[in-house]
Amino acid sequence: MRFTLYRFNPETDSEPYMKDYELLNIEPGTMLRDALLRIKNEQDESLSFRHSCGEGVCGSDGMNINGKNGLACVTSVDSLKEPVTIRPLPGMPVIRDLIIDMTQFFTQYHVVKPWLIVKDPIPDVELKQTPEQRDKLDGLYECILCGCCSMSCPSFWWNPDKFLGPAALLQSWRFLADSRDQATEERLEALEGPYKLFRCHSIMNCVDVCPKQLNPTKAIGNIKKLMLKNMV
Amino acid sequence: MNISTRKFDTLVIGAGGAGLRASLQLSLADATVAVISKVFPTRSHTVAAQGGMNAALGNVSSDHWHWHMYDTVKGSDYLGDQDAIEYMCRAAPETIIELEHYGVPFSRLENGSIYQRPFGGQSQNFGGDQAARTCAAADRTGHAMLHSLYQQNIKAKTHFFDEFFAIDFIKNEKGLILGAIAVDIETNEKLIIEAKTVLIATGGAGQLFRTNTNASINTGDGMAMALRADIPLQDMEFFQFHPTGIAGKGMLITEGVRGEGGYLVNCEGERFMERYAPHAKDLASRDVVSRAIAIEIREGRGCGPNKDYVMLKLDHLGSEVIKKRLPGIRDTSMTFMGVDPIEEAIPVFPTAHYTMGGIPTNRYGQVVVPVGTGSEEVIPGLYAAGECACASVHGANRLGGNSLLDIVVFGRAAGNHIIDYLKENPHHKALPEDCADSILKRLERWEKPTDSSEKSYTIPELKAELQQVMEENCGVFRTEEVLEKGVIAVKEIKAKLKKAKMSDYSNVFNTARIEALELENLVEIGLATVISALARKESRGAHSRMDYEERDDINWMKHSLYFMENNALTFKPVRSKPMTVESFPPKVRVY
Ligand SMILES: Cc1cc2nc3c(=O)[nH]c(=O)nc-3n(C[C@H](O)[C@H](O)[C@H](O)COP(=O)(O)OP(=O)(O)OC[C@H]3O[C@@H](n4cnc5c(N)ncnc54)[C@H](O)[C@@H]3O)c2cc1C
Ligand code: SF4
Ligand code: SF4
Ligand code: FES
Repeated sequence: MRFTLYRFNPETDSEPYMKDYELLNIEPGTMLRDALLRIKNEQDESLSFRHSCGEGVCGSDGMNINGKNGLACVTSVDSLKEPVTIRPLPGMPVIRDLIIDMTQFFTQYHVVKPWLIVKDPIPDVELKQTPEQRDKLDGLYECILCGCCSMSCPSFWWNPDKFLGPAALLQSWRFLADSRDQATEERLEALEGPYKLFRCHSIMNCVDVCPKQLNPTKAIGNIKKLMLKNMV
Repeated sequence: MNISTRKFDTLVIGAGGAGLRASLQLSLADATVAVISKVFPTRSHTVAAQGGMNAALGNVSSDHWHWHMYDTVKGSDYLGDQDAIEYMCRAAPETIIELEHYGVPFSRLENGSIYQRPFGGQSQNFGGDQAARTCAAADRTGHAMLHSLYQQNIKAKTHFFDEFFAIDFIKNEKGLILGAIAVDIETNEKLIIEAKTVLIATGGAGQLFRTNTNASINTGDGMAMALRADIPLQDMEFFQFHPTGIAGKGMLITEGVRGEGGYLVNCEGERFMERYAPHAKDLASRDVVSRAIAIEIREGRGCGPNKDYVMLKLDHLGSEVIKKRLPGIRDTSMTFMGVDPIEEAIPVFPTAHYTMGGIPTNRYGQVVVPVGTGSEEVIPGLYAAGECACASVHGANRLGGNSLLDIVVFGRAAGNHIIDYLKENPHHKALPEDCADSILKRLERWEKPTDSSEKSYTIPELKAELQQVMEENCGVFRTEEVLEKGVIAVKEIKAKLKKAKMSDYSNVFNTARIEALELENLVEIGLATVISALARKESRGAHSRMDYEERDDINWMKHSLYFMENNALTFKPVRSKPMTVESFPPKVRVY
């Protein structure tokens, strides 16, 4: 199987370049992460990428696979057209090879105050929540902060410092949707203005790539709806 | 010495559940805390925990912390320290409630309280009916917990050093630990973090074995740092094999599947656990279920063309329950096996999962080392918590759902103890000029290519060899003969590692170098594990010797302590006396 991989080491390369590799005897069901590890271990130790859990829960190995963002560890190579072309997630500075600098992405995550805010006195027991209220968090809390969505969003590419991006906004909604949270007004206020939230033009790239099948566009729509409701 | 230095009250090494629970406690108390992690905090392996964490909340079945304690002592095969176990089980309910207040999205019951599911080894009333003690957020409990803890830490303004790799502790002449040296993975720059107190929370070493449920980062770094600082590792022979890893691949299928009503079958379609554990059946302790599977396969009742796995059946639970309570494992099973558990059973096999042993601590998380004969003392200012530590609450076999509990209970306890310690020890101690020298010297060989024509080895080949050796010589069933071979083989790998070379010496995000440092650590943990296993001539919990099939309480109800120097082993007694209640004396373990 043929692979063409984005390579760049700022210490030695003035420009990034694509390099070809070939792997023989690939077992069916091999995941892309395993294939990249074989390339690294058997052919070229200098190939650099992040990875850890190997099962799509840690969010380390987001990359651009044949033009589409995804996690290497849950992408079977059987499904990929050759040569398999791998690039770093687009839109952020590249540190080396497939490793990008995610600082901006995490900064935007922090901006939405992604933590539960409860203003009433905290009881000795759990804050009660019915199964129906809890159901509202499904499809939101599972985010693994892989960045595949934000790094596929044209609005985020152009304004990574102003537009919060789909991942952060999904988390904003995760807390707005939590029946226990008591900071709805501040949260909404903080999202006002032309950029933070409103740069989303519902292009839906984010939904298309999320490896956890989450739907940031819908979450963004829900925030907008709630804003409208709170205005009238 | 030309390295930059940063000063903090406390250095926490590791941003999994244990590290983050401790750092939160400290940040809330206005201590300055540095947390270093070799991966971004939410990528720590706590994120992978599925089934949930135990606490006798009694939301679903009637329950009591004392019953939880009984189950944990029995599960540990009487090797757990009963004071620490009592402490953990009593602290469990309030610790879980705290996590809920931090935002953890637990699944809920109709009355709005936290959902709990049955897990293995849980009973009501000291061995009676099955209890439902495991608090769950669907089958993504670790993820839910780790993200909430990280979120609370950013709120509390904990200082994070993300993608920094800890190398070794720095010490003064008296042997006191005053911080650590870490390397910024992005730049290869070294940094000294000076601290009045250090907490090790670096997680387990599942990468020791070829097929494992662990992330590639679980290489036992903190434990190896401790060994190099002359601190022993306790009970390393006890490594847990989880009964239900996906056959041949290792991804975990949570015990929660059996908690929700799933069960194991052999090639004859027989629900074989009924023979091994008539009462608890599929929810017997993990060591018991893993051995049962291994026996079924050995006796020719395995499934598949090579008869080398058994099946985990859950299709009878219905798609509703599976989608609601077990969505993550359904995903995993479909992704990696192409099997939808709503329709078909999942092929499973016992898979290396959890490091019961670790850095010896007391129930405040303080690291303790032996002195003279029989007694032990704390190392002032040094703490350990989580999977890298050995308190010891899991003894010879950990109960499912007790590790997520362990990491938050002892992460918090260590945090609290550190707060007190800082009050009494408000000043940094002076760092000796040369404190970093020997550490930097050790690193030198990985810094630039050495030209020698001698035969050399690569890191990936040696890692694969180590994992193979450990799997073959230190697995579910052990004998003197295979363990002896294992010790020799691991020592050989250690020798080869001295000659290993890299081909990439770049300073920019050099993952090859990090893997070399990790393998140096992992080899030490491998040696500790086989050597301790060879020494223990009895079968207890996860350590089953085919040549010593019985538990031997007269000679072996004691903890092992392995030292790196001369590969020496010593032993210390189990703390059988709880804090307030009566001791549970050893009994024959039946489920
Ligand atoms: C698949 C799976 C499922 C599980 N399910 C459950 C369950 O349902 N219930 C339960 O109770 N237990 C479960 N466990 C066990 C439990 O999840 C772990 O034991 C626990 O999460 C360990 O937490 P920790 O904080 O000790 O370590 P980890 O979460 O592993 O964190 C270790 C931290 O140390 C850092 N680190 C390590 N080395 C270095 C270094 N050299 N320099 C800098 N940083 C370093 C890492 O970056 C990481 O931040 C499961 C385990 C696995 C593998
Ligand atoms: S829907 Fe919005 S957030 Fe998602 S990709 Fe499009 S612009 Fe970006
Ligand atoms: S929403 Fe999906 S794609 Fe975006 S960061 Fe979260 S898990 Fe990744
Ligand atoms: S390696 Fe963890 S998500 Fe892929």
